[in-house]
Amino acid sequence: MSEFKQTFNSSLGKKLIMALTGLFLCTFLIVHLGGNLLLFKNDDGFGFNVYANFLTHFPPIEVVAYLLYLCIVVHAIYALVLTVKNRRARPVGYAVVNKSPASWSSKNMGLLGSVLLLFLVIHMGNFWYTYKYTHNVGYKEYRTDLSSGITTSSNFTPLSPDFENSVQTANNTEIVRVKDLHATVAFVFHNIWYVLIYVIAMGAVSFHLLHGFQSAFRTLGWVHRKYTPIVEFIGTWLFAVIIPVGFALMPIVYYFCR
Amino acid sequence: MGNMNLTLKVWRQKNAQTPGKFVTYKAEGISPDMSFLEMLDVVNESLILKSEEPIHFDHDCREGICGMCSLYINGHPHGPKRAITTCQLHMRSFKDGETITIEPWRAAPFPVIKDLAVDRSAFDRIQQAGGYVSVNTGGVPDANEILIPKVIADEAFNSATCIGCGACVAACKNASAMLFVSAKVSQFAMLPQGQTERWSRVQKMVAQMDEEGFGNCTNTGACEAECPKEIQLTNISRMNNDYFSAKLFREEHAHEE
Repeated sequence: MSEFKQTFNSSLGKKLIMALTGLFLCTFLIVHLGGNLLLFKNDDGFGFNVYANFLTHFPPIEVVAYLLYLCIVVHAIYALVLTVKNRRARPVGYAVVNKSPASWSSKNMGLLGSVLLLFLVIHMGNFWYTYKYTHNVGYKEYRTDLSSGITTSSNFTPLSPDFENSVQTANNTEIVRVKDLHATVAFVFHNIWYVLIYVIAMGAVSFHLLHGFQSAFRTLGWVHRKYTPIVEFIGTWLFAVIIPVGFALMPIVYYFCR
Repeated sequence: MGNMNLTLKVWRQKNAQTPGKFVTYKAEGISPDMSFLEMLDVVNESLILKSEEPIHFDHDCREGICGMCSLYINGHPHGPKRAITTCQLHMRSFKDGETITIEPWRAAPFPVIKDLAVDRSAFDRIQQAGGYVSVNTGGVPDANEILIPKVIADEAFNSATCIGCGACVAACKNASAMLFVSAKVSQFAMLPQGQTERWSRVQKMVAQMDEEGFGNCTNTGACEAECPKEIQLTNISRMNNDYFSAKLFREEHAHEE
């Protein structure tokens, strides 16, 4: 066991933990964006609310969620420990600091990460906490006529405040009753300050992953003439462009179009 | 191009215990064909004539291969030019009337000995920890007896060009020594002669590097850009790969501590 402790306490071991937790968080972003694309569906939140309900009531997802929170905390703590050690390694700075050839994002990972941590607190407060631990989220009832496939929605007030969800089929009509997180999303995204915070945070995600994704592979030692260009391509286009732009479009679309 | 007049802002520090400060000197009548170190020699001669303490700086071969010269010049280790050491930097790279700021390498494991000279024995200790290969005594083996593919030999030689000057540490925002250590690990890890100690070497050298208190690599690539011998960042990935293999997957552990 001390062998493992020694490995993960070494400089390279700490970097390994940063790389692995970082990459796990990257894979989560893909899933998160994929699910949230339901927000762009013009169905009064039917798809999105059912999806949110699934995420919070499917045990394996719950397990992965707690692994995810752990990864965020470990990634942040190790980043702090490494930064303190790096600062100690240069107690006296230079008088002249020239424009270094290193990229801006690679030199500001700590700043970008701090912005993201702050954003995560706000973001989880907005949705995760409100959904799971408050009674501030209303309910919606979706009635789908199974012969025509037409869905109508209406607000719904359950008898018990602890009501979670129900699905029943009667008279050729499917009735789905779920928490209306979609209304919370629409409410938050009609506040210009939240829209700004979300868009700025997605800018931070972009720059953080522009360096972070390919840097993680370098730290793991997976550098290869054939594969490294592919990793850099994915890191740039998927993680620094498509994913942040996809997320940033959500508050923008809700603020201006819904 | 006529002779140049320059203003130097030089870090002067009596010893590691005393705080240092910048002192401004005039360097007049400097030939553009002088090397940077020759320019400092001229300034020092004038200081000696005035009975002042000359500026201390490290130098030895003055042809770019020993790794002794250092100097952080105008925000760059070994000055503004790419892929050369300070002794290969000529005064024609500067403009007449320019102010040049000269600082020592800044890193906790490189304490200032005096002025611009720093103690780089931390690098020696890392090398002594494992940066060698064991060979048998006896008859001289035939040259090229062991076949090595040319691409591998080239890569190993590229890593072996590291002169251990410490510019990577000086350039790194984290004062990390990983480019140096990875070059010294790689030069043997790729060759058949280096296989015997391959897994113990990387563990011992990384352990010593951590012991010395260097920072941690964040893959910014500043070291690669400033290295006078153009040692590549790929070396760090290679070292990491070997280190994690040794620590997590290898059964044989040559070092028992």
